Amino acid sequence: MGNKLVAWIDDRFPLTKMWNEHLAEYYTPKNFNFWYFFGSLALLVLVIQIVSGIFLTMHYKPDGATAFASVEYIMRDVPYGWLIRYIHSTGATAFFVVVYLHMLRGLLYGSYKQPRELIWLFGMFIYLALMAEAFMGYLLPWGQMSYWGAQVIISLFGAIPVIGDDLTLWIRGDFVIGDATLNRFFALHVIALPFVLVFLVIAHIIALHEVGSNNPDGVEIKKNKDANGIPLDGIPFHPYYTVKDIVGVVVFLFFFSVILFYFPDGGGYMLEHANFIASDPLKTPEHIAPVWYFTPFYAILRAVPDKLLGVGAMFAAIALLFFMPWIDRCKVKSVRYRGTIYKVNLAVFIVSFVVLGWLAMQPATPTLTFLSQLFSFFYFAFFVVLYVTSKNENTKPVPDRVTS
Amino acid sequence: MKYNGIKNTFITVFMATAVLLTPVMASAAGGGVALDDAPIDINDKESLRRGAKAFADYCYSCHAASFMRFNRIAKDLEMSEDEVREMMIHTRGKKGDPTKIGELMKVSMTDDYAKNAFGTAVPDLSLTARARGADWVYTYLRSFYTDPYRPTGFNNTVFPDVGMPNVLWSLQGVQDPVYKKVMHGDVEVEEMDGFKLVQEGRLSAEEYDAFAADLTNFMVYIAEPVQAERRSLGWKVLLFLAIFFVFAYMLKKEYWKDVH
Repeated sequence: MGNKLVAWIDDRFPLTKMWNEHLAEYYTPKNFNFWYFFGSLALLVLVIQIVSGIFLTMHYKPDGATAFASVEYIMRDVPYGWLIRYIHSTGATAFFVVVYLHMLRGLLYGSYKQPRELIWLFGMFIYLALMAEAFMGYLLPWGQMSYWGAQVIISLFGAIPVIGDDLTLWIRGDFVIGDATLNRFFALHVIALPFVLVFLVIAHIIALHEVGSNNPDGVEIKKNKDANGIPLDGIPFHPYYTVKDIVGVVVFLFFFSVILFYFPDGGGYMLEHANFIASDPLKTPEHIAPVWYFTPFYAILRAVPDKLLGVGAMFAAIALLFFMPWIDRCKVKSVRYRGTIYKVNLAVFIVSFVVLGWLAMQPATPTLTFLSQLFSFFYFAFFVVLYVTSKNENTKPVPDRVTS
Repeated sequence: MKYNGIKNTFITVFMATAVLLTPVMASAAGGGVALDDAPIDINDKESLRRGAKAFADYCYSCHAASFMRFNRIAKDLEMSEDEVREMMIHTRGKKGDPTKIGELMKVSMTDDYAKNAFGTAVPDLSLTARARGADWVYTYLRSFYTDPYRPTGFNNTVFPDVGMPNVLWSLQGVQDPVYKKVMHGDVEVEEMDGFKLVQEGRLSAEEYDAFAADLTNFMVYIAEPVQAERRSLGWKVLLFLAIFFVFAYMLKKEYWKDVH
């Protein structure tokens, strides 16, 4: 009966073909380590955000007069509304945590290199769309930080010469952030950007399954195949990595639940304290800090004294990442077999990123501004040093087959 | 253990940065008035009921808690609806019928009236404990002092030039500020250094602190009424995940035993 149904579907839709291509006969390197959980976890968080978001939109009111109260209505009067809301707000942080770790994995093992450049580019566009999605979502609770955070970020576009002022007016839809802004951000947050995200994720996965997964050794498993054309170091994604990823999912959900049930405002870094005050265009909060996942770029913006150059530096900090496949000219993929200079360079880059994130949350004193400049310099130096040194890097021999 | 280059490199760079930043991090902390730790327990229903009474008697004639419903308080604080009605509801609707138990805790004072009387609109207290923190509320309630330059005759250390009159003076008594002399370089200046009770209130200092703690506790509760339920659901979810982990891990082991 079951087989007959599948056959009936297969005559009309490539169900078995797709199942095999993407799961049962998708051969994956057998040496995936800890870092390889975050791709499937990012997919999980995307689903969590879409599902919890759908339920939130059933009760949320995208209206300047009622938005703030409708969020509190969800928190208090909607059955389990608090749970849905915290899942969604914790999910935003979780999304960036897993995506940052997923991107770091790419840097560690050279997953952006030939032939995987497009996977990296699709991934970078996902990251960009995710930042836009998170920024617009953060306006919706309509608290003080929602309002003034958006005010700061939108005003950045005003630094662009000639068209700046008209551009900010066009984005806001009003001379100040108001009902019009809230309405359009809601539309973009719940319809436009989720569509873009899902489309890009599909492209990301199709590109990955076309060329096959990289691994911690940076060895192409397709180079060593058995008589049946199956990679010797490959195992089918399903069931091996599905059962392994379930373990990852459970561990992830454990940490997710600890935050969700015991620290839902994340010490003021996920739900900022000032955001429990309804937005007020006449009262600027004392200290406007972006939510944690934007802070490294905000620190770079603040480090540059000139506003236009600061905005330029901030966008460049993200734009440079797109070009990683061409900035890094080393043929060896994995950090395991790369030279000391790359290891030090990458370590300085990661530490700079974290320190910049911390600096952006502090008030701008002269010492801290100097440190922001110093670590911004290290951030950009990573790309320059990489481009210069990677061509003739002193690498170690790469094995033919994956290790352990 | 296998030597792993990137890990060691990363740890070295990270430690070096941490050493570099330690003095900076120490100096970046601080600022503002020191707040006292609020001795509150959100699971202490007795304290919450006393806090609700204090809120009804001293706050709720001017301050609304307009995201909170009366019957939610009855349910969460294990009181009967009649008890809550008796304690908190003294208003009537437009048609003259008593305010219903399922309604939101609004007040009849308008912003225009408040601006005339106090110079500012009276803030809604539903979320104050979440926006400012429990310690802020607890310290604020205990930090009114006499100030002849203020229209109400009182000022507050944690909220300078606050518009709110010191409605709690009959309980706490009246505090004068105490100053100490401090040298700022060569200049001697006076800095405020605590309070001195100049007129006794109806409560002793300990009793008043307990009153402020109960009131703070209640305000923390109304800022997120679901928090007790949230924590109690939390450990059940975590327990489920911990058990699920064992099975998921065993399943993975079973499948992977033939991968070499």
